[in-house]
Amino acid sequence: MAEEVVLLDFWPSPFGMRVRIALAEKGIKYEYKEEDLKNKSALLLQMNPVHKKIPVLIHNGKPVCESLIQVQYIDEVWHHKSPLLPSDPYQRAIARFWADFVDKKIYDLGRKVWTTKGEEQEAAKKEFIESLKLLEGELGDKPYFGGENLGYVDVVLVPFYSWFYAYEKCGNFSIEAECPKLIAWAKRCMQKESVSKSLPDREKVYGFVLQLKKAFGIE
Amino acid sequence: MVEVEIAKSMAEEVKLFKTWSTPFGLRVVWALKLKGIPYEAIDEDLSNKSALLLQYNPVYKKVPVLVHNGKPISESLVILEYIDETWKQNPLLPQDPLEKARERFWAKFNDEKLLQSIWGVFAKEGKEREEAMAASMENLKFVEEELKGKKFFGGEKIGLADITFGWLANLICVFEEVTGLKMIDERFPLLLAWIQEFSQHPIIKDAGPPHDKLVIKYQALYEKFHPAK
Repeated sequence: MAEEVVLLDFWPSPFGMRVRIALAEKGIKYEYKEEDLKNKSALLLQMNPVHKKIPVLIHNGKPVCESLIQVQYIDEVWHHKSPLLPSDPYQRAIARFWADFVDKKIYDLGRKVWTTKGEEQEAAKKEFIESLKLLEGELGDKPYFGGENLGYVDVVLVPFYSWFYAYEKCGNFSIEAECPKLIAWAKRCMQKESVSKSLPDREKVYGFVLQLKKAFGIE
Repeated sequence: MVEVEIAKSMAEEVKLFKTWSTPFGLRVVWALKLKGIPYEAIDEDLSNKSALLLQYNPVYKKVPVLVHNGKPISESLVILEYIDETWKQNPLLPQDPLEKARERFWAKFNDEKLLQSIWGVFAKEGKEREEAMAASMENLKFVEEELKGKKFFGGEKIGLADITFGWLANLICVFEEVTGLKMIDERFPLLLAWIQEFSQHPIIKDAGPPHDKLVIKYQALYEKFHPAK
């Protein structure tokens, strides 16, 4: 019986991008379904009744929700190819810690950068850069957070790279000037097809952000 | 004599930095006790954090931190998974990836949704409190639904989700006493039954901080949030 894998997603979602990358790394064929978040499908509401959010991974009819959980699920089910998490428990704990750090910091701070102005925006930019610098510290001299190959933290963080241009334009700053090593890492990831095919064009994301700003009445 | 020396030097060194009251630290205590892992507990004074804590958790400077043979791990859910992968007896997570995903989902739901909403009822006033109450009721309904046909969230045995929801067993009653608001009532029969089963479990029973001490602490905190007018 063939594996049936469906991904309910929304093209600019960094959380959806994580799952796209993981599936591509493992070479898994799947059906991509674009959701209109203003008019959520019956399938989405049925498969994620608690949060009603994307991404939702549906494997042989059974849903898995929450992107970090989905990436780990994919890694565990298709464990024979391109492992994302290391096998040593302590190394796994370090990877999980930093993935959790990305979730706690990058999305919310990034959001503050494009939705606020003045002092609030300056504070968000400062904390955002500080968080990226901590991640740079963790990367060190390794080509990827996962070492020689793309790993869990790489998959979790790199989607935000497609949003950096939008953050920079809205916040009037250069992320590369502050965190050159991180940008070098991101570009290295983008050389991989699993990443480049999963991330949208940065101009497209910026256009989307401008649309949202207009819709929310943000200057 | 020599055998004891060798045994001692080969022993795992497990330290847990926490406070006497933190529910996040208590989770780790439960996991260690369920697996029969000896450990040294260090209760911190958060107004005067030890140099060791700051060294072991420079990113957040928070408890709990588990230190295993000198190597620190922070964030309670990360710690719980580490413990489960390092000490294989009495597993907290099932083998099946889908079931594992389910346990992780509910652990996350507790930390990101349920805890927040109930804390909102405790800490906020007026309209914000009403909204937190409504959200809490919705969240509790989801949790109640998840318990259908199960003794524990993990099935027959305590698992990761049970440990994460465990604060409902020893802390919710404290909140209810201090606020005078009943949150888990007869609308949640499965949750009430689960609270009984969980709190009566031999490992869980005497592992937590004393109820009276918690009431005093949260009473003081409540008065700070809701100063008498």
